[in-house]
Amino acid sequence: MNKISIQNLSLQYSDGTESLRNVSMDIRQNAVTVLFGPAGGGKSTLLRCLNRLNDLTEVKSSSGQVLIDGKNILDPKLDVVALRRRVGMVFARPVPLPLSIRDNVTYGLEMAGEKNRIKLDEAVERSLKLAAIWDEVKDRLDDPAIALSGGQQQRVCLARVLALQPEIILLDEPTSGLDPISTGKVEAALQELKKSYTIILAPHSIQQAARTADYAAFFLQGDLIEYDEGKKIFTSPKEKRTEDYIMGRFG
Amino acid sequence: MLKLLARNRHTVQRLGFTLLTLVAVVTVMPIVGTVIFILFKGGSAITPEFLTGFPREGMREGGILPAIIGTLYLTIGTAIFSVPLGIAAAIYLAEYASDNRLTRLIRIAIINLAGIPSVVYGLFGLGLFVLFLQFGTSILAASLTLSIMTLPVIISTAEESLRSVPQSFRTVSISLGATKWQTIRKIILKEALPGILTGVILGLERAAGETAPILFTGAAFFLPQLPNSPFDATMAVPYHLFVISTQVPEMPIQIQYGTALVLLVFVLTMNVIATVIRSRARAKRQW
Repeated sequence: MNKISIQNLSLQYSDGTESLRNVSMDIRQNAVTVLFGPAGGGKSTLLRCLNRLNDLTEVKSSSGQVLIDGKNILDPKLDVVALRRRVGMVFARPVPLPLSIRDNVTYGLEMAGEKNRIKLDEAVERSLKLAAIWDEVKDRLDDPAIALSGGQQQRVCLARVLALQPEIILLDEPTSGLDPISTGKVEAALQELKKSYTIILAPHSIQQAARTADYAAFFLQGDLIEYDEGKKIFTSPKEKRTEDYIMGRFG
Repeated sequence: MLKLLARNRHTVQRLGFTLLTLVAVVTVMPIVGTVIFILFKGGSAITPEFLTGFPREGMREGGILPAIIGTLYLTIGTAIFSVPLGIAAAIYLAEYASDNRLTRLIRIAIINLAGIPSVVYGLFGLGLFVLFLQFGTSILAASLTLSIMTLPVIISTAEESLRSVPQSFRTVSISLGATKWQTIRKIILKEALPGILTGVILGLERAAGETAPILFTGAAFFLPQLPNSPFDATMAVPYHLFVISTQVPEMPIQIQYGTALVLLVFVLTMNVIATVIRSRARAKRQW
């Protein structure tokens, strides 16, 4: 089933950097969709359209539609705060808020008005377990999150997103700063998570793209070149440019 | 030859560093010298009676309690007006204002406000608060005048500390469904608070030591009792020092220096508090 439908989406930043040109694609529910390609291809831009984080950036022009469950989320009248609770995001560099581990995880819920201590505690345990970090931090939930290692921080950041029980999770090169073991843990968590969430991932390497993708979309300088099932795209791409990139001939 | 040159280079370096050290020491001298001098000259004047008594015999004897209390009132009064206003303005400038003509105008106004001589603030306060708004020569009028003078310091330091909070905190908080205002309240202000407090204390410290702005707006030559309403005039330590140094003949020099010492200790204490807050926060900071 399609969760998201992107229709003729174009976007240009005011400083002329990375942009999207007339991108159309449907994104499946309960699957990992990978956006890959060289830097500056528009992957981050697309992710940031899906939770309207681009609102914080100077955008010169944009057109097209993004439908989530059939509703256009680019509508200026949309409640973006509510949207961002449905569409969570994990960034390339883990940025723990200057709070304890526990408060990092409950932050989104508390901002949404949840005050019930029991519910918050439940959310902490549930989401830290989902993010495969519970055992490592359960005895020190009140320590500052910054004291954790980079890999642990990133999983807390993932848990922080999961606590809101979003429908869609966006991950922008979430393992770029992590060691292989932490990366493996995050990837394993994603495989578990896709059962209940729609996951869109901009991987930090082509290998990660191949490992994780149910569906994969190849972006080059703002254009969507090819979009297909992961198995097909990484074994027999239709486009020459996709093949060249996967084979490592450029990028 | 090469060896000689090498040795020469080291000599030059040593000479340079010695010179720099000397210059650094020279810049410290005035403050250390002033403190020691005032302490030496006025230390013996500091008695319990001096700190808790009223001036007697045309201020040539007794204490300076009303001036101390008055300066305390003025400092608190200034804080009441300038701190909320200054922080609010800083939040607007750092977090909300877009770069347009109005914002630039506000910035230019703040910069210029900081450059106005303090006696001009005094005259302005006299015109606006004392006469036009009919607050009279009062703690209220003097506090408001001092507030205007303090505002630029508070605004610019507060804005600076808000801006120094990493942008990524804002992005993350927003992406977790927090509103902009929640982000500012829960994350940004908390992180910027030590810097803001430092600015506030430094601004108030300056206000506490000023004479010119309160000269026409709230300071009294001599009052037989403590002020008991914001509409009363008050004695104040800096003005009292000015008075007993220039307006009272045959003033015992000891009392003058004693008064200076009290003012100095008051201001330096605030300075030390600001420094402690700043260094504590820096040690605790997580970014």
